[in-house]
Amino acid sequence: MLLLAAAVVLGIIDGPLKLGLVDPMRGVLIFALLGLGLNIVTGFTGLLHLGMAAFMAIGAYAFAISTCDIYPFQLGFWPALGVTAVAGALAGFLLGAPTLGLRGDYLAIVTLGFGEIAQDVLKNLDAITKGTQGINPLPPPSLPLFGEFGSSPAPWYWLFLAITVLAVFACRNLERSRTGRAWLAVREDELAASCMGIAPIPVKMYAFATGAALAAIAGGMWASLYASTGEPGNYDFQISILALCIVIVGGMGSINGVLVGALAMIGVANIALPKLASWLQQKGVVNASNVLGSPNNWKYLVFGLVLVVMMRVRPDGLLPARLERRKAGGSA
Amino acid sequence: MHILHHLAAAVPLALAASTDAPEAASWVDPLLQQLVTGLSNGMIIALIAIGYTMVYGIIELINFAHGDLCTLGAFLALTIAGALGVEAWGGLGGASGVVILLLASAVFCAGLNWTIDYVVYRPLRNAPKLTLLVSAIGCSFILVNVALFWGGLPMGVFGGGVAAAAPKDFPGLVSDDNLLPAAWHVTFTASDLLVVSVTLPLMVALTVLVRYTKLGKAMRAVAQNPTAASLMGIDVDRVIGSTFLIGGALGGFASVIYALYNNTISFQMGYRTGMDAFTAAVLGGIGSMPGAVVGGLVIGLVRALSDGYLEARWTNSVVFGILILTLVFRPSGLLGAKLRDKV
Repeated sequence: MLLLAAAVVLGIIDGPLKLGLVDPMRGVLIFALLGLGLNIVTGFTGLLHLGMAAFMAIGAYAFAISTCDIYPFQLGFWPALGVTAVAGALAGFLLGAPTLGLRGDYLAIVTLGFGEIAQDVLKNLDAITKGTQGINPLPPPSLPLFGEFGSSPAPWYWLFLAITVLAVFACRNLERSRTGRAWLAVREDELAASCMGIAPIPVKMYAFATGAALAAIAGGMWASLYASTGEPGNYDFQISILALCIVIVGGMGSINGVLVGALAMIGVANIALPKLASWLQQKGVVNASNVLGSPNNWKYLVFGLVLVVMMRVRPDGLLPARLERRKAGGSA
Repeated sequence: MHILHHLAAAVPLALAASTDAPEAASWVDPLLQQLVTGLSNGMIIALIAIGYTMVYGIIELINFAHGDLCTLGAFLALTIAGALGVEAWGGLGGASGVVILLLASAVFCAGLNWTIDYVVYRPLRNAPKLTLLVSAIGCSFILVNVALFWGGLPMGVFGGGVAAAAPKDFPGLVSDDNLLPAAWHVTFTASDLLVVSVTLPLMVALTVLVRYTKLGKAMRAVAQNPTAASLMGIDVDRVIGSTFLIGGALGGFASVIYALYNNTISFQMGYRTGMDAFTAAVLGGIGSMPGAVVGGLVIGLVRALSDGYLEARWTNSVVFGILILTLVFRPSGLLGAKLRDKV
């Protein structure tokens, strides 16, 4: 709540104070949504998922196909986002149906493989997806409440913030619902949960589909913001790992944690690293042609260190979920 | 891409040969050629797959960083080759250069793999398995970044002005001339010979080590039950460390052979090759060393046939598809023992 209120305040004061923070915050909100999706799968249900980028890609393409004028549909923003969510949920269901009986680490590898196959399929089915060009240009949303979606970042910020607020409330309610309690039970001990009359596989499937739908919405927002799906290679393993970093930094299973994690990770990757690089270049320590001078070249290292260090010192994240979690011998 | 590169050189040769002898069935020669290419690549994949399967067998960790470890081995070999000017040695000198590169990379990868285990995995021995897996993914990303920086260092050996992320040419120390008579219509080059003559002895040596030495016995014991093994006086951490050491050394050998065979390396090669090798390990039955070899050969063949008869752009999907189907329908693989969750 506090975080969302802070985000609203930021949106109001950013224009007059010329902070310029609303612009990069749009990316943070998109990845917060991706993180919320992964949090349902990995945080609530305890399934390591290494292919969230695939659902983001599916969402981006579903959104693009429903809005772009080279296709017959040309829906408005909200209906298209609905289609996107359904497409994502369907994809999550299709991936989950045959694979959710697998052990934890095998499931992780299957999701990774799915992420790679999705990229290849999107790249190679160029009759539909336009291959490496991506689908573009997408029309800007025309929504009465938010103002003109032109070059100013503010309407985008408000729109994305509204979607994020909705998603946060949906996640919070889901967590407290019967389904949510079943997710947590399956995470803590699948055997015990099934003894209590919870059927683990349908419960996991629900988590997979819901998480995929949220990731797809994030993809739709991304495509809408850049008016293009971009090339399929954008939705690579790095994005899936970024989502994992967001959830792990914040604290698995903690919704506030996801928001903090998105702020921290995207803040580091998209704001702090470029600032650091330009500062180092001004000081003459490195120059732009040097491998160390490009902020992009540090991302793998940052993500890797985040994962290794967090697993070692704070496996429960910065803002751990309130529920008492089992300390040793997690269900594999 | 690398396989494409090789095929691009090999297939026209085979096709040219078949037009010389029109009486030979035209589809046989390219098929044979793809089998040769596939088996050579498959042996490299198998060598890396052994590294995955050994570690999984002993601590049930999918050692995600293994492929990227091999990348660093290849970069080290390239650096040494450049520094010593191995390319100009020629003849017997060239052969000794290859041996130097192989040994240097093996020692380096073994040491690095052992260090990663000591620093990162050892403190997490009692943590949940997914914690360990996430750490391994983190290590993988760190190694990828190290390789990226390595590729961007202004050492001159990579040829000035080449961007850090660009693939690097690896000197062709081993000739690509055909060793077989032209009438056979199949090319079997010195590189192919190198692959066979390095991988086969290593696999035999490893089998001997695991079957007949005290360390091998200790490794099998720890894989079965670490607690019981430690009660029998086995230093479990030391045995696990040795496993990382041996797996790393094999990866080091594999990385140099890979580089010599494909003549190009890049900072991301470990991800693709590592996934191929991991798929091979799973396909063969993870934890089983003969399985890793069989799986590696199968994946190598599948890649070559998919490149040749399907389309190269679908090859990665085919490999991942095999991975998923194996995990879903036969998680114990072709040769693996039935896996049970330890309760």
